[in-house]
Amino acid sequence: MKIKTSSAERHVLAVTVDNEAGILSKITGLFSARGYNIESLTVADISADHALSRITIVTLGPPSVIDQIIAQLDRLVPVHSVVDLTDNMHHVEREIALIKVAGTGDKRIEALRLADVFRAKVVDTTLSSFVFEITGASEKVDRFIALMRECGLIDVARTGVVAMARGN
Amino acid sequence: MVTSFAHAQAHPATAARAPKHILGTAIVRAALCDDTLGTLAIEGGGVISGASAAAGAGAVDAARGEMSGAEIILQALLDLGVDTIFGYPGGAVLPIYDALFNHPQIRHVLVRHEQAATHAAEGYARSTGKPGVVLVTSGPGATNAVTGITDALMDSIPMIVLSGQVATHLIGTDAFQECDTIGITRHCTKHNFLVLDPSRLGPVVHEAFHIATHGRPGPVLIDIPKDVQVATGEYIVPETIAHQSYRPQVTPDADALVTAAQMIASARQPIFYTGGGVINAGSAASAALRHLVELTGAPVTSTLMGLGAFPASDDKWLGMLGMHGTYEANYAMNRADLIIAVGARFDDRVTGRLDAFAPDAKKIHIDIDRSSINKSVPVDLAIVGDATAALTGIIAAWEAEGLHAQPLDEWWRRIEGWRSVQCLDFVQDDAADAEIMPQTAIRSLYAATRGRNPIITTEVGQHQMWAAQHFGFDDPNRWLTSGGLGTMGYGFPAAVGAQFAHPDDLVICIAGEASVQMNIQEMATAAQYRLPVKLFILNNEWMGMVRQWQELTYESRYSNSYSSSLPDFVKLADAYGWTGIRIDALGELDAAVQRMIETPGPVIVDCRVVKAANCFPMIPSGASHVDMILGSSDVSGTMDDEAKALV
Ligand SMILES: Cc1ncc(C[n+]2csc(CCOP(=O)(O)OP(=O)(O)O)c2C)c(N)n1
Ligand SMILES: [Mg+2]
Repeated sequence: MKIKTSSAERHVLAVTVDNEAGILSKITGLFSARGYNIESLTVADISADHALSRITIVTLGPPSVIDQIIAQLDRLVPVHSVVDLTDNMHHVEREIALIKVAGTGDKRIEALRLADVFRAKVVDTTLSSFVFEITGASEKVDRFIALMRECGLIDVARTGVVAMARGN
Repeated sequence: MVTSFAHAQAHPATAARAPKHILGTAIVRAALCDDTLGTLAIEGGGVISGASAAAGAGAVDAARGEMSGAEIILQALLDLGVDTIFGYPGGAVLPIYDALFNHPQIRHVLVRHEQAATHAAEGYARSTGKPGVVLVTSGPGATNAVTGITDALMDSIPMIVLSGQVATHLIGTDAFQECDTIGITRHCTKHNFLVLDPSRLGPVVHEAFHIATHGRPGPVLIDIPKDVQVATGEYIVPETIAHQSYRPQVTPDADALVTAAQMIASARQPIFYTGGGVINAGSAASAALRHLVELTGAPVTSTLMGLGAFPASDDKWLGMLGMHGTYEANYAMNRADLIIAVGARFDDRVTGRLDAFAPDAKKIHIDIDRSSINKSVPVDLAIVGDATAALTGIIAAWEAEGLHAQPLDEWWRRIEGWRSVQCLDFVQDDAADAEIMPQTAIRSLYAATRGRNPIITTEVGQHQMWAAQHFGFDDPNRWLTSGGLGTMGYGFPAAVGAQFAHPDDLVICIAGEASVQMNIQEMATAAQYRLPVKLFILNNEWMGMVRQWQELTYESRYSNSYSSSLPDFVKLADAYGWTGIRIDALGELDAAVQRMIETPGPVIVDCRVVKAANCFPMIPSGASHVDMILGSSDVSGTMDDEAKALV
């Protein structure tokens, strides 16, 4: 017998929650307990009185599973709202990455040239290394990282996706 | 820029969600314990009367001033109408136990194992509709409660668990009897709280009751460090419940109700499929269901959890559906053109193979929990809301629109055909010295007790299914069983809890000899409180349900399913001060059952039954409703790996 898997769509969910102890564990635990995927998850406190946080979750699943994820999240007591930004909605997505490359000579020059093309900023430099900061959609960040592999990439830190609906 | 906000505000207890002080909102119900059950009658100084204390809330609140955390908890419980707590003491809850000493209005039931406290609370809750309350100590007390908490989550039973925790400054140090109760119970509670400030206890206890009883009911745990029980604070009753986010939809969409009524009116093969949600929604939901069935003339089936919502004695009743459901119920589901699901969740025990489930039926799904809808079976019309509101709404729409049902004669004719299979029939040798078939024992119990409207609880296994098949329930809240989690060890403590809530009613636990040993220590609890519970054991000397699956799937390789070294249950009865009765042959059955009923106090009946009997009909895991096995002659003895992988 083989274990079966089914095809999946990518969805970006914006979840507003009470900023209370253990909420992150509650959300991630729900995903692991029910076998849902988390591609990326970002979270930060968003209200003046620190009472609310916004969690942006990128998940993969067939439409019926995405519906379930939303319903399951929505019934948690500390969850205020769940919005599927990918569902009939135009939205913007951004991610930040910090990328360290090390090298000298041509590779170093090439890295700097590519960074310029991608509008990545140099946020730290030594004679033999750069740290670039790049902001953009995940695919852009992916492509930049792939190119940097050829130019002496030694470290990557990514925030994961934050997203928001367009317009009002 | 992006922080893990788990640290941003470490303590929910200190969250800036300060509720207003109470001004006249506390409601006090008479919460005096029932002395007929022999509760500990404690006389002590400084008795605080719940009634007088909360009579004029605002004023008294001020007069009362600061109280210890433990006192605040008990006062809040009294104000919420709690009369009974099931618990077990320990270091981390001693302050609460000391406060209990001075609160004889709250009856504390001392169980013999914390798991039993949770099941007793479930039994209390399921038979009354009120939340059950549990009190346990930290560490092992809390971990022992986890099974019952999970059981309550799966079966949507309102429950409040108060657990002690080590003192605040010791949290996280691996202190004696420390465990991460909040972490451990996060995914088996509907919600949980750690309270770090005594002044938060009032709001949290009130909020916990609100969450446990609103929307889809479930267990809520409050973890209270020992220093918070000792420290003083104000008793604050929230005017409104703080969790603004928790707003379950209870009022169904009016248009959807009209559509539902129209769909029912145009169906030619409709069937109602009801579940535990109808029981949870209260007796008004059962009454509305009966009314709607009468208006529409459609047949009714129900899940294990829903038995009693519709009377088994009604001729529209088809019996339970699903894995061990009746032939007529499963066939009618399979051939229906419209299924009206009410408070049921299309569990895998009910649907069987999903792609063959009710292939030609449109489906209306009424549920309080939106996540139950379209979870495993896509439906045509979803109605999110309370079952009573939905059913009465459909009735109102039916009448307002002047709707009439289609003629259902042809549908009923087919149902009669399926009924004539007599799928629950079995062969009983009628000689006086014949061995008793388990089904015969259940029927004898039913015949002897039906006039008394007993409360029946069960353990888990074949006996549970036979009880569901052969005992008829005409009213809600009289059938208590562990459906979702299938917890062996549930039935006996649940009977104890139900008996506390209904001291004058006949409460019988139908048990298997294996299951009953999982919480057998509660015989002492029943003896201490002189509870007249009846424990009726269908003793087949096997974990019968396990053996049945081994016969079906593993060519009768009986790996570890024999109940070896059983105790002599009659001697055990004697040891605990119970009455013990043993039944060996058919000729003794009816008289022994009668004797059990008439004997005051707790009685254990060791009813020896045919050892090899199996429970039919049965839809094997992963099979369709129409692939039902009706008897052992249909059993093949092996299965492919796909089927073996299903539970
Ligand atoms: C706590 C727990 N452990 C294991 C099981 C698996 N299980 C289901 S039924 C059963 C056998 C029950 O035997 P018994 O109580 O004698 O009932 P019978 O089936 O013989 O009527 C077992 C082991 C369970 N449901 N619960
Ligand atoms: Mg048995």
